[in-house]
Amino acid sequence: MAILNEEQEMLRDMAREWTTNESPVTEFRKVRSRGEPEAFSRDAYATMAEMGWAGVVIPEDQGGSDFGYLSAGLVVEELGKTLTASPMVMNTVAASAIMFGGSDEQKARWLPQLASGEAIATLAIDEGANHNPARIEASVSGGKLTGTKAFVPEAHGANLFVVAAKDGLYLVEKGDGVSLTTRKLTDQRSHADVTFDGAPADRLANGGDSLLNDVLDRARILTAAEMLGMAQAVFDTTLGYLKQRVQFNQVLASFQALQHRMANLFADLAQMRSAVEAGLQAVDSGFGIARAATIAKAEANRVLHIMSNEGIQLHGGIGMTDEYDIGLYFKRARVLENAFGSSGYLEDRFATLGGY
Amino acid sequence: MASQPKIDRKDDAEAFRLEVRQFIADTFPEELKNRSAGAGLDPTAETPAQKIWREAVGARGWGTPTWPREYGGGGLNRKQAGIINEDLAKAGAYNPIAGMGVMMFGPTLLEYGSEKQKQEHIPPICRGEIRWCQGYSEPNAGSDLANLQTTAEDKGDHYLVNGQKTWTSGGQWADKCFAIVRTDRSDKHKGISFMLIDMDTPGIEVRPINMISGTSPFCETFFTDVKVPKENLVGEEGQGWTIGKRLLQHERTNLSGGGGRASAGLADIAKKYGEVDADGRLADPVMRNRIANFEIRWNSFLLTARRAVEESKALGGVSEISSALKKLGTTLGQERAELAIQIMGLQGLGWEGDEFSAAELGGVRAWLYGKATTIYGGSTEIQNNIIAKRVLGMLDHQ
Repeated sequence: MAILNEEQEMLRDMAREWTTNESPVTEFRKVRSRGEPEAFSRDAYATMAEMGWAGVVIPEDQGGSDFGYLSAGLVVEELGKTLTASPMVMNTVAASAIMFGGSDEQKARWLPQLASGEAIATLAIDEGANHNPARIEASVSGGKLTGTKAFVPEAHGANLFVVAAKDGLYLVEKGDGVSLTTRKLTDQRSHADVTFDGAPADRLANGGDSLLNDVLDRARILTAAEMLGMAQAVFDTTLGYLKQRVQFNQVLASFQALQHRMANLFADLAQMRSAVEAGLQAVDSGFGIARAATIAKAEANRVLHIMSNEGIQLHGGIGMTDEYDIGLYFKRARVLENAFGSSGYLEDRFATLGGY
Repeated sequence: MASQPKIDRKDDAEAFRLEVRQFIADTFPEELKNRSAGAGLDPTAETPAQKIWREAVGARGWGTPTWPREYGGGGLNRKQAGIINEDLAKAGAYNPIAGMGVMMFGPTLLEYGSEKQKQEHIPPICRGEIRWCQGYSEPNAGSDLANLQTTAEDKGDHYLVNGQKTWTSGGQWADKCFAIVRTDRSDKHKGISFMLIDMDTPGIEVRPINMISGTSPFCETFFTDVKVPKENLVGEEGQGWTIGKRLLQHERTNLSGGGGRASAGLADIAKKYGEVDADGRLADPVMRNRIANFEIRWNSFLLTARRAVEESKALGGVSEISSALKKLGTTLGQERAELAIQIMGLQGLGWEGDEFSAAELGGVRAWLYGKATTIYGGSTEIQNNIIAKRVLGMLDHQ
């Protein structure tokens, strides 16, 4: 655990208390059984916004709390632990896009609404099933954006899309010229293919050539923070299970074959936490963000993959049941492993950043 | 979050940094620049320049910067110690005060030794004059170290030691040995005592063991009716297991970075031995991804090692993730060495001959010797036991 200041400790404790008491996994199950495509609780998100989480990275003069990314990560980690369904990650990252790329007018129009939870924004970048920001066909002419974005997360709940076109990022409001095709994935959260057919688009003209990558790096890091919470929860649940499940008249935790697997997972989780926290801290310091983001997401992918597999295996048959939570983490894990860069994509990026 | 440093303290640090720089400029022999280390364990290999440098650093106690001044240490705080490290590295210099006395034995003796023992043994360690070796493992006491059978029989004014130790690092060059021996057969753990043995005492025979790397860094050490004065007992009789384990904690901390670490980056090796495309990328896409995959995990290990230090400092105790560092660092070190060899092909497997560069031959020996890193100092399997039981609370069959 990174060394926190008092403000950050309070924020983390508040998030932990709220997710434990008000948003345990049973709340996600309720969202899932309601079957609405937006797949989160509006009431819960309103509460989160009231606690200042929707605007955690947004400047105070724009209605946010300006706590920075480490603070955002602390909250998101807690949300990940209980699989709390919310657009917080996407909204935070989309807000960052406006903070870096927006004009004063665009900031004044959107940031206060995104901080208060009145509006929700998300990113619409990829056009295929794999993350590849180098392959973008969407284009803008005469202020109208045309193209189709694939598997856009939180598309149903969002009023505002930050859309990658060939020549940069644009703000597009949900409305005329924007249509959604729901793509229900294994995590049963909100995803949709979004078609923009001459939709009015407002360019994010600042932020320079690196704007898209700057935004994506923040998406990688904050997604990794959610994955960290999930990996921690799977680890804790599995350890707890091994300590109470009795076979051969012994608790499973007393078997060395299982002890060593948990020791390996402990070491992996330590690495994942170090990488993710360093990523969040890099954003706040403004130094080495691209590399830190690549390491953070790559380690999150690697460790959550192992952790979710081992979580099911070490639980045995009960881990295969829908009634038990571990499978929900497993399914969400694979979706997030793909988001903003699979391991192969990130290895390529790491090599490129390293000059090889 | 770090507190704001006060202006005067910052000035102090800068003044100290200037002092360190001046000292290095005045005393560090130019011919040693960018040579990674000193003479190693073999005292006869020490060159005159290395001796000058060792004595200069030793006289100031800067090789053991945080140890108390009264015993010959530097008496400095961690920040000042960090400044010395940084500026040595910047100047292409190294800390010449090394070995087991510094890494393991000194810190343990400072904690458990009598005043007389500290006065006698710590200053020569700070000056790099006395070489210590470790009398721990035995043929039948490896991972099950407490099963050791070397006995120390109470003969009134001295102990009579009989038995055999093995994997005694640098035993053939050591002046003294810190050993754990059995003073009581009736209790496995409480029958162990920690004592100090002069290696020139009659009855000690040392035989180097030839390893797969072609070097002999370890020895077998035989004790036949070896007389050890009573005053060489550290702590109480029967306290040896407690003291011995504390020493192993120092050992683990120091070993986590070990294991065939190549000095050059893997990508640089791959560029030298393989092909590069028009964009300067490695032409072999599979190897390129494997290198990146490794380097990402290596970086997260370095971040974890740093986090362990920060957390331990903040907690005022040992962070629980420290328990994972030894196995992570050594395992990754071995993986790096294996990858380097695969990149170089058979050119990376040379045993001897002028057709291989010194770096190639050195890499092979380091790779081979590096296999020891996951075995010594508590094998990876023992580390896993420690994590499972002490950190995760997974207890054995009841």
